[in-house]
Amino acid sequence: MGLTITEKILRDHCQNKGATAGDFILVDVDKCLANDITAPIAIEVFEQVIRGTRKGVFDPEKIILIPDHFTPNKDVASAAQCKILRDFAIKHNITNYFEVGRGGIEHCLIPEQGLVTTGDVFIGADSHTCTYGALGAFATGVGSTDLGVALTLGKCWLKIPESIKFRFFGNLREWVSGKDLILYTIGKIGVDGASYKAMEFSGEVISRLSMANRFTICNMAVEAGAKNGIIAPDDVTSSYLDSIGATQGKSYQSDYDAEYVETIEINCEKIEPQVALPHSPANTKPISEVNDMNLEIDQVVIGSCTNGNIEDLRITAKILKNKKVQHNLRCIIIPGTQETYLKAIKEGIIQILVKAGAIISTPTCGPCLGGHMGILGEGERALSTTNRNFKGRMGHISSEIYLSSPAIAAFSAIKGYISSPILI
Amino acid sequence: MKGKVIKYHQKNINTDLIIPAKYLVKKELDFLANHCMEDLDPDFADKVKTKNYSILVVDSNFGCGSSREQAPLAIKASGINYVIAPSFARIFFRNSINIGLQIIEFSNINEIETGDVLEIDVNSGEIYNSTTSKHYKIKKQPKFLQEIISDGGLVKFAKKKLI
Repeated sequence: MGLTITEKILRDHCQNKGATAGDFILVDVDKCLANDITAPIAIEVFEQVIRGTRKGVFDPEKIILIPDHFTPNKDVASAAQCKILRDFAIKHNITNYFEVGRGGIEHCLIPEQGLVTTGDVFIGADSHTCTYGALGAFATGVGSTDLGVALTLGKCWLKIPESIKFRFFGNLREWVSGKDLILYTIGKIGVDGASYKAMEFSGEVISRLSMANRFTICNMAVEAGAKNGIIAPDDVTSSYLDSIGATQGKSYQSDYDAEYVETIEINCEKIEPQVALPHSPANTKPISEVNDMNLEIDQVVIGSCTNGNIEDLRITAKILKNKKVQHNLRCIIIPGTQETYLKAIKEGIIQILVKAGAIISTPTCGPCLGGHMGILGEGERALSTTNRNFKGRMGHISSEIYLSSPAIAAFSAIKGYISSPILI
Repeated sequence: MKGKVIKYHQKNINTDLIIPAKYLVKKELDFLANHCMEDLDPDFADKVKTKNYSILVVDSNFGCGSSREQAPLAIKASGINYVIAPSFARIFFRNSINIGLQIIEFSNINEIETGDVLEIDVNSGEIYNSTTSKHYKIKKQPKFLQEIISDGGLVKFAKKKLI
């Protein structure tokens, strides 16, 4: 029996050369990541582990620290958390520490900086670390203790996951993006539909998708409970890595006779743009149905680690060009990184967005997790391109979050209610 | 171990409900414990303290969402020693193992109610509900995880076995 791409990568990163799905292994990590919420605890753990030993960090170049959640510091307490990262980075010569103004949202920034490549094992103390599976890497979210131990040992315990294969076929309908495909998939299998498993995305539709769309798909694998999302590397992956000057890693592919717990075929011809209704990313409906619900919105958020790419901003600008955001609606747009922000300025995107009445935020996770930069008040409703619409996540417990692609969010910002582009 | 149950019969209780992000600006355990589960039940922390609840029983996919370790830390700091659910979300599961919060996968949660007194023996894999006088078998964790659990969490395991 053959092996999946996930099994192959993990087997090559551990001592047990016969390991397959279901086996517990200690995996050697190529890179590890933490942010301003998870690093302070991880650093405490690190100190506990090395106490009484001569150990330090396992490799300062393989550690990435990014203050992005509550930054620019939203209050004194978050300033203290960020200081812990900064001090640690200085003390241990961590070169991949990205200060505010030189970085951005971790999962947009890391691929852009070429800090992850095909065939890598990447662990991050952030659930959306699974984003990098889009490059044919094994990337998964862990907690602070895992990360703290990895900081000194460069290892992490894992159970090699079984895989579910998703095969997307057919042609995409107009306005359908990677975001719609992943929302549709989560709606189909549920928030625990891929628990502990690898979601392997394949098929002709995936082959034709840009890297930005692939990142979006893998980013939300965790919303179906998955350990990792993964897309086998191909020409699109190579061109992307070349374009950013990143090193090509080892290109793994699943064997033709690899074992899957399930294969799910998805006919894309039938998929409309999707919206996830409160309070679950699996509570999805096609836009035509949601349009008829006449759901007025108070806020639109376009950005986040899910949709903060330049492609997302381009489509937003295309729709908002020479249009106005509905007069009593706040439209908050967040470029994922400083580089994306700069590109958007150069391409004239920012000017279009500001003229339309949108506000541009510095790269931050901010409103996605109810941190800052757009908290919802009592009873307010938002349409957001982020990844979670849990009750109260963006602010008041009575507020509502709907999830969509940037295109649907931009159209809806003009109309003032969640609306279908076909009717504009 | 003997303890009293507090139960929330709800699926997919996510990490935002366990500890909202607005409280992640501090890592002090007492602070986290005071806000634990507050969007689900504002009186959770008080109830656990005043009524001596030590076993939290919840429905499936408990702890889904973020990787924040503050979620199991807040539960543990609130005074809960065991969490029982038909299933746990992946990162919550590993965080609990790593910090030494005991979690038990058990599907018959319909037969346990708030206030029930349970006797739990993870070594023999048994639960006895002394309120209803019923015995149950529970699945043991794989050997690899049992080692981390018996060492008292990943830090001690790492110090003992890996350094």
